[in-house]
Amino acid sequence: MSSTATSNAITPDLIIPFMNAVTQVFQKMVGVPATVQKPYLKTQTASTYDVCGIIGLSGQVAGSVVVSFAEAAAVNLVESFSGTRFKVSDPDFADAIGELANMIAGGAKQHLGGVASISTPSVVIGKGYAIAGMSDIPCVVIPCTSPRGDFAVEICIKRHKAA
Amino acid sequence: MKFLLVDDSKTMRNIQKKVLSNFPGAEFAEAGDGIEALSVIAATPGGFDLIMVDWNMPNMDGITLVKKIREKDAKTLLVMATTEAEKARVLDAIRAGVNNYVVKPFTPEALTEKINATLAKAKAA
Repeated sequence: MSSTATSNAITPDLIIPFMNAVTQVFQKMVGVPATVQKPYLKTQTASTYDVCGIIGLSGQVAGSVVVSFAEAAAVNLVESFSGTRFKVSDPDFADAIGELANMIAGGAKQHLGGVASISTPSVVIGKGYAIAGMSDIPCVVIPCTSPRGDFAVEICIKRHKAA
Repeated sequence: MKFLLVDDSKTMRNIQKKVLSNFPGAEFAEAGDGIEALSVIAATPGGFDLIMVDWNMPNMDGITLVKKIREKDAKTLLVMATTEAEKARVLDAIRAGVNNYVVKPFTPEALTEKINATLAKAKAA
């Protein structure tokens, strides 16, 4: 008979894979270097910026990952990624934001330990939206800078360990 | 060379198309999920030389699509292109019948190299 224990602490081993994934995705597929800054605990409910790609994780690591861009940065970075400068209202713009979030979450997932699945991405565009994570765990924000604008990765995940 | 690109992200399909356009005589069809891909395959006389398959897609995922294709077709080259990089997932895909596996994110050079290796292996077989 097995049971599970849940750790609500967001430890470096849950954060570092996302920092590495950001660097890899931007280097290999966006063609723009991204620099990750010191992570901090998220204290506000609103997303860091106005354009958000959201990925859910389920399984032994569960929660959500939000890749949040300043609007101008999102337009610039999508242009670098896709080769086309889209308006924010264009469905292809949201598609590109979702794929960036997918690759960052997917790239990190393999290093989180345990078996987890990721959802297909959702994209939210608008000012001041609150994206609710799980209420029982803290969220961490990884601020990121690039020559084409700033963005942030918000991680709200916990690990279930087989006991 | 006829490619079918199966990915729920149009952006990713366009990126793959741009890279694979360098292959001689490249022609493309696209699908946004496994179900659509099966329809495109059924409606394409002569089929495809190589199918790129994402893993995580709505309606029908990539691993299910690979199994469905392999039920009827052992010949068409299948390359999984996905963020799923865990060893267990790669083994699942190989057992299901993919010829090669590309982990996203990838550089254009890495994708080209994988496709060249896939074609070379098929030619040698």
